[in-house]
Formats: sequence, structure tokens, C-alpha cells
Amino acid sequence: MDTFVLLSITGLGLGAMYFLVASGLSLIYGLMGVLNFAHGAFLTVGAYATWYTESKLGGVGNVGVRFVLAALVGLAVGAIVGAVVEIALIRPLYQRHIEQVLVTVGLALVTTALVQAIWGNDARTVAVPSWVGDTTHVLGASIPNDRWIEIAAALLVLFGLEAFLRRTRYGLIIRAGVENRAMVTALGIDVRKAFTLVFAIGGVAAALAGVLSGVYFGTVDPSRGTSLLIFAFIVVVIGGLGSIRGSALAAVVVGLTQQYVNYYGSVHLSALGGLGDLSVVLLLGLVLLARPGGLSGKLA
Amino acid sequence: MSARQVRNVAIPVVLLVALAFVPRLSIDIPYVLGGSTDTPGTLQLLALMLVFAGVALTYDLLFGYTGLLSFGHALYFALGVYLTAIAMTKWHWSFAASLLLTAVVGLVLPLLLGSVSLRVGGIAFAMVTLAFAQAGQILVQQNPHKLTGGEEGLGVDYHQLPEGLVGVFNTKHLYWIALGYAAAVFAIVRWAVESSPGRVWQAIRENELRVEVIGLRPFVFKLMAFVLSSFLATAGGVVYLLLIGGATPEVTTANFTLTLLVMVVIGGTGTRWGALIGGALYTLLDHRLGSLAGSDAVDSLPSVLKTPLQEPLFVLGVLFILVVFFVPGGIARIDRLGRRPRTLQRLEEALHTTQEPA
Repeated sequence: MDTFVLLSITGLGLGAMYFLVASGLSLIYGLMGVLNFAHGAFLTVGAYATWYTESKLGGVGNVGVRFVLAALVGLAVGAIVGAVVEIALIRPLYQRHIEQVLVTVGLALVTTALVQAIWGNDARTVAVPSWVGDTTHVLGASIPNDRWIEIAAALLVLFGLEAFLRRTRYGLIIRAGVENRAMVTALGIDVRKAFTLVFAIGGVAAALAGVLSGVYFGTVDPSRGTSLLIFAFIVVVIGGLGSIRGSALAAVVVGLTQQYVNYYGSVHLSALGGLGDLSVVLLLGLVLLARPGGLSGKLA
Repeated sequence: MSARQVRNVAIPVVLLVALAFVPRLSIDIPYVLGGSTDTPGTLQLLALMLVFAGVALTYDLLFGYTGLLSFGHALYFALGVYLTAIAMTKWHWSFAASLLLTAVVGLVLPLLLGSVSLRVGGIAFAMVTLAFAQAGQILVQQNPHKLTGGEEGLGVDYHQLPEGLVGVFNTKHLYWIALGYAAAVFAIVRWAVESSPGRVWQAIRENELRVEVIGLRPFVFKLMAFVLSSFLATAGGVVYLLLIGGATPEVTTANFTLTLLVMVVIGGTGTRWGALIGGALYTLLDHRLGSLAGSDAVDSLPSVLKTPLQEPLFVLGVLFILVVFFVPGGIARIDRLGRRPRTLQRLEEALHTTQEPA
């Protein structure tokens, strides 16, 4: 029983991290129709900005203060990178989705290469307060505290994004701009600013995922973004492209599946590791066979 | 035969013959090549350029001709590399038997995976193919039964190979095999694209709904293109294995597929010559930029410029973005600078029509 509880909560933690990556991807795709391949690069940049700031802060406060300050810098860098990319690379290619995808592909390659050139291939350690590495007891299971952080952050992002899009004036403008760009422009509202904002938010979400992946794994490395991005793609497709709630549901399913299969698979089959990763791909295949549109069924 | 038909046959044949004589000649192009063309190192680079010219063309068959954006092409290339290597080295199969096995799996696997992933279109298809390729990468990394060698990769057991393919002295034979591969892919793709299913592929790219209305099932034709393209990529993987003498996990990564996409776009989407040129040029730059970055001219630059220039992928990525912005038609359509080719417009619509319910 306690093993099951442990697997379930750590599975939720893993799912939460996938959702953090997938949310920004889903937001940008859902609103702008841009498949942002550079999302993984945003994530890597946010994670490295945090690690770099933290390593430069030296003796400021205690480790918790340094981490929070560094994480804020990471998020700010994510927002700036997102906005700059939108203005410089995405906006000039408006309505050319193929080229937009291609440009983000190029950006992903360039960013990874740049991070490798500057900081090398080695993983860098992110320092976090010691309580993050401790465990909390729930129903007899010892849950690592970083999983709670992931879950809390994912819930915050989910409800934050929903509230922003449904309850605020900017959210209204963005949704209206998606529906009918020309009409919103005719009303004297600059839709382009709204779309830059969408990208900036996507950048923050990616950077947050990067920072928290640093907490989860304890390190950052140049290929982190790409490897997480692939799981985020799987989550986004299972959930239904462009649906943030669908992504949240799919992230939970994927995280739990991976965790259960990894544990019970290795116990009962004594098979190779990585079974959990493979089961996720299998899950994707099954979902597509049953519901080509994903769980939320937005697709044809 | 019209003048056009004569030209369509004459140019490739003349080029093929000229390229076949390269190992017999001693040409050195300073900076571009690392040495004279009769040296094994340069011949191997030229052979790699030919292999990737061919593989890029197999990708263009999917992307440029059928309008399918796949992010999982690496899987089929890696299949050719790894399965042949495993059969020869781990199972001690003969070269011929290993090739046969690879050929059979190279047909069955894309048939299975293609029939699942083609249930969705557009961007979802791209992501599903990516996920399948990821499964392949995980398998190779996990190194089940110590078959794949994991991170280290896997060397080929030379005893199973024909004598003429082993050793530095025989690089020219490998070069000719690579040339044969590129020429065969070119001929097959041209034949396939001009056959009647090939016309349906292009019709699917132009307007999938219309193909359906005529009464054809786009799914079947897309699957044909997918299997053919994947099979040819697997063959390219085998040639690559012979050339490199081993399998490394890089060929299983998503980045590998992305480089194929980059090659095709730089060369010119939906043009046979463009894909060939793109594949060859990309490979040349990828190998030569590294040594150029070590040259004195780059070395004297401030480190802000020097550090990125030492990463070939950085330079190639920037080049790629510039091409997308300013030469969207690629090198093959460089005469129409800045104008978006029709192929891209059609691809755009193809991605859209399959995304939303019709």
C-alpha cells in the first residue's frame, strides 16, 4: 500500500513537471497555431539562467534566498527570450506556420549548440534548501518534498492560465484576437502586443519548468530541454492539441503510467529499465487508435 | 524524345560518371576539402556527403512531395545502422543474411508504425512520429542484452564483411557504394513521383480533401510514400554503417531528424536536386566548419564570436534560419530570392486541412 501511495504521488509529481513543460507549448499552439520547437530551448535557457545567477550570488542570504532570487531571474529571462523571439522571428512570418515551425527548429538547434559552446556538456548542480531534499510521510510512504513543489507549481500554472484567459481583459483580447484578428484590430486594439504577451507567458512557463526540472533532477544540462520537450509533445497530443486542460489530464495519466510501469515492470518482469518511457509511447499509440483527436477530442 | 527528356536523362548520367571517376583523380579544393580527393579521409567525407544527399531526398519524398512533416525519420535510418550491426556482430550472421533481415524489418516496421501514425495528420503526425523515434532511442540507450552498446555504440565485426569493404585502402569502394546509393534513391524517387501513386501523393499535398472526393483513400497512398521513404532511409543507414564502421546513438536522436529537415529546407523543399545539394552541403559544412573554426582567422576573433563559431550546429542553425527568412525556396530556387515557393504554401494548407475537422 505504501509503495502504491509513493508511486502515485511521485507519478503525480512527474506528471506535474510534464504539464509545466506542456502548458506553455499548448498555450502557444492553442492560441497562435505555432508549434514552438524552441520551447525546450526556452526551458534550457531559463534553467541555465537560474543556475548561473545562483552561482554568482555567492554569500547573499541563505541558500533558499539565493535559489528564489535566481529562479526569479530565470523566469524573467524566460519572459524576455519568449517576447524577443516572437517579435524578431515569429511576427515577420505571420500566417506562415510552416516557416514558423522551421524557425523554431533552427532556434532550438542554435540555442542548444550555444549553451554547449559556452558551458560545455557537463551537468551543473543546482543548490536548493535542504528541506527540499527531505521527505514527508503520507499514509506510510515517504514522499520527496520536491514532488510537492512540482505539483503545487503545476496547479498554480493551470489555474493561473485559465483565470488569465477567462477573467482578465488581456485574456479577453487574446481570445478575441484568435477568433477574429481583423475585427479586434479594427476596434483599435493592437493584437500583436497580445501575441507577444502570449509568447512571453509561454517563455515564463518554459523557464519555470526548467527551474523546477533543476530541482527535480538536482542538475541542469544542455540536452534537458530537448528530452523533456519530447514528453511534453506526447502529453500535448494525448491531451488534444491546444487544450490546456486536456494537457493537464494527459500529464497526470502519463506521469502515473510511467511511474507504475517502471516499478511494477522491473519487479515482476525483471526486464530492462526504461520500460516506463516505452509504455508512454505505447499509450500514445493506443490513444491515437481509439481517439485520434486525443482525450479532449479537439482534432478531427 | 524532346530536348527536355534528353536533358533529364543526360545531366544525371553525366554527373554520375563524373563522380564515379573522382577516386581516380587527385583534386584538392583548398579550405573546402581537407585534402586531395584520392586520399581516404577526403573520399570518406565525399561518400558521407553522398549518403546524406540520398537520405535527405528520402525525407523530401515525405515532406516536400507528400506534405507529411515527420519528426521520426531517424528511426528508420538508425534501424539500418543498428540492426545490420547487431546481426553481424552479436549474432554472427553473414553479411547477406544481415542485409536480408534489415530489408524485411525495414519494410514491416514502417508499415506498422505508419499505419498508426497516419491516423492523424499535420502537426499531430509530426509529434507521433517523434514519439516512436524516441522509443527507438530509448531502446538503443537501454542496451537490452548488451545488443546496442548503449552510449558507447557498437563496432562492426569486420570478419563478416566482404574483403573489398574493409580497410582504409578500400575507401574508394565504399565511395562507389555511397554514390550508387545516392543515384539509386534519385532514380527511384523520380520514378515513384512520376508514377500514378506519386501523382496522388502530390495531389494529397495540394489538396487532400479533393483526393478523397475523387474516391481515393489518401491513407493508403500516404502509407505507400511513408514505407518507401522509410525503407530507402534504412538502406542509407546500412551504407552509413559500412562507411563509418560502427553504430553510434547519435543517429537515433530527434536532432538527427531535425538535421534532415534542415538539409531539405536549405536545399529546396520538394525539389530532387535541392534535397541532394542540401544533404551534401550540410554534411560538408558539419565536418569542415569544425576544422575551419580552429584556423588562425577565427582564432584571432574575440571569444564572444569565437565560442559560437566553434560549434558547427550553431553556424548551421543560423544559416538555416536565414534561409527560411530570405530564401524560402532553398538553394534550388535561389533565382527566386525571397519569394515563397508554391510547395511551402501547399504544405501549409495540407497541415491545416488535416488539423481541423473537415
